Amino acid sequence: MPELSLDGLKSKATTIRELIIRITTEAGSGHPTSSLSATEVVTALYFGGFMSYDPKKPNDPNRDRFILSKGHACPVLYSAMAEAGYFTTDDIMTLRKLGSPWEGHPNMRRLPGIEASTGSLGQGLSIGIGHALAGKMDGKDYHTYVMMGDGEMGEGQVWEAIAAAEKYKLGNLTAIIDQNGYQQTGATKEVLDLTKFQPKFEAFGWHVQTINGNDMETVVAALKTAKGVTDQPTCIVSQTQKGYPVVPLLEAEGDPNYHGKPFSPELAEKAIAMIG
Amino acid sequence: MYLGEASGLPLGAATRDAFGDALKELGATNDRLVTVDGDVGNSTRTEPFALAYPDRAFNVGIAESNMVSVAGGLAACGKVPVVASFACFLLDNAFDQIRMSVAFPQMNVKLVGSHAGISIGEDGPSQMGIEDVALACSLPGVTVVVPSDAACTQAATKACMELDGPTYLRVGRGKVATVYPDGCDFELGKAITVRDGGDATIIANGLMVPGALDAAKMLEADGISCRVIDLHTIKPIDRDAIAAAAKETGAIVVAEEHLHHGGLGSAVAQVVAETAPVPMGFVNVGDQYAESGDPQGLLDKYGLTGAAVAEAVKQAHGRK
Repeated sequence: MPELSLDGLKSKATTIRELIIRITTEAGSGHPTSSLSATEVVTALYFGGFMSYDPKKPNDPNRDRFILSKGHACPVLYSAMAEAGYFTTDDIMTLRKLGSPWEGHPNMRRLPGIEASTGSLGQGLSIGIGHALAGKMDGKDYHTYVMMGDGEMGEGQVWEAIAAAEKYKLGNLTAIIDQNGYQQTGATKEVLDLTKFQPKFEAFGWHVQTINGNDMETVVAALKTAKGVTDQPTCIVSQTQKGYPVVPLLEAEGDPNYHGKPFSPELAEKAIAMIG
Repeated sequence: MYLGEASGLPLGAATRDAFGDALKELGATNDRLVTVDGDVGNSTRTEPFALAYPDRAFNVGIAESNMVSVAGGLAACGKVPVVASFACFLLDNAFDQIRMSVAFPQMNVKLVGSHAGISIGEDGPSQMGIEDVALACSLPGVTVVVPSDAACTQAATKACMELDGPTYLRVGRGKVATVYPDGCDFELGKAITVRDGGDATIIANGLMVPGALDAAKMLEADGISCRVIDLHTIKPIDRDAIAAAAKETGAIVVAEEHLHHGGLGSAVAQVVAETAPVPMGFVNVGDQYAESGDPQGLLDKYGLTGAAVAEAVKQAHGRK
């Protein structure tokens, strides 16, 4: 379980962002901006001492779990896992290519360390509840983290799961909403405005923090706080920017959402220069 | 007159009761078994298990989507989750969760659909699972079982729990005739010939197995010797038994309490077409929804009777 310093985490996030851009540009498709928004949280989870895991023992029953319910953001997951040693950065350059297990959305049958096959939005939190319930039954102290998108919160199943997690007092479960403000066709506030997540989760009996999810120091502090809550499920509303920190480049392209589009090679180089 | 009565079969327990009894019994020796319920455990009969093993029973409320995906997560951690609801609410309501949280990742989840078919009666079409088998069979890697009587259901329940992989078990609400008074020699994927005959074959599952036996008895008077096969496992299907029946008897009628499309009839027809094409007939609910009414009246009105099966056999036999 690596535990990098704050500067180390920031540097790791930069490396992961560069990978996200390179692999999606190489693939010629995918979701770089939905991945970039979530990079601080995923980096902190894998490298900030929060998740206990061993890439050589991906099925260790005592491991902590990370479920990427917003499966389209798998470039951030693949990149973090490559950095963590589950596979190599060369491997993930095959993203989305025929024959590659680094599919367009995570497929747990083809990749060790992937906790759930996601891509049909709304199911990850329920799957996470299954992991959390099993952990409690077996007396194990692992923690389950589930990351969802803010657009994904439109799925009714998510709210079924939120209620169930409270019923079972799942203090070993943390939901993270990567609230990057956009979904496929526009701003989440305009498509289906569920965005005041804090009072909604509090009403369901959850512990909730709303944070700037692109600020590493804040992310680390919030994850620490969440881990300290053991008698109720916790939610981190991680307010981010889709495409952070290269949003000015996307605005210059005329599409600040930039949903489900890879960067052109030229844009990718500009973006990598801006990140570095 | 209940299905099987004309053949002298005694009325036995409902298959949901047999499932519930078997589940509770298996729970005593398999501590990995857990239930995830959508608040109908007293209907599906997971309740006896839940009362016996409360620490292994989760009622997540009227929330089938969450119910199925929670089971997927539990299975990923080595549990053997049994997810029971009305067949229609499980398969139809939570179909994408079954696809993505169970079938695609090949999670060891045991799906059980109760109150299947039109024979649930008075509650009406909204509660009738009559497309469940088609939906379940459409999913790669899912074993689909429709047992005929209590003994068959007990054995099927045990077999499903022992299999490492996703299964769908279909059970019914009302009492059904006893096909196997001495216990059922059950093997997943292996058809049971419950009556031999040489002129035609009726392939059935669920409560249409006793219906098929009634038909075979009626056909004796017409000089048609009918084989009856209980094809309890639709997937994986017993190709050899079907091909042999086609070759040896020359005509096949498929009887099931399900819609016309995508059920046992479709599955058998594919095998017949690929192995030994012969005249076929199909007895089922058709391409329609049913209505409220008493169970026996519904079966009669919608043509799920021994007489209807016998008539279909005569027609198929006549086309040989």
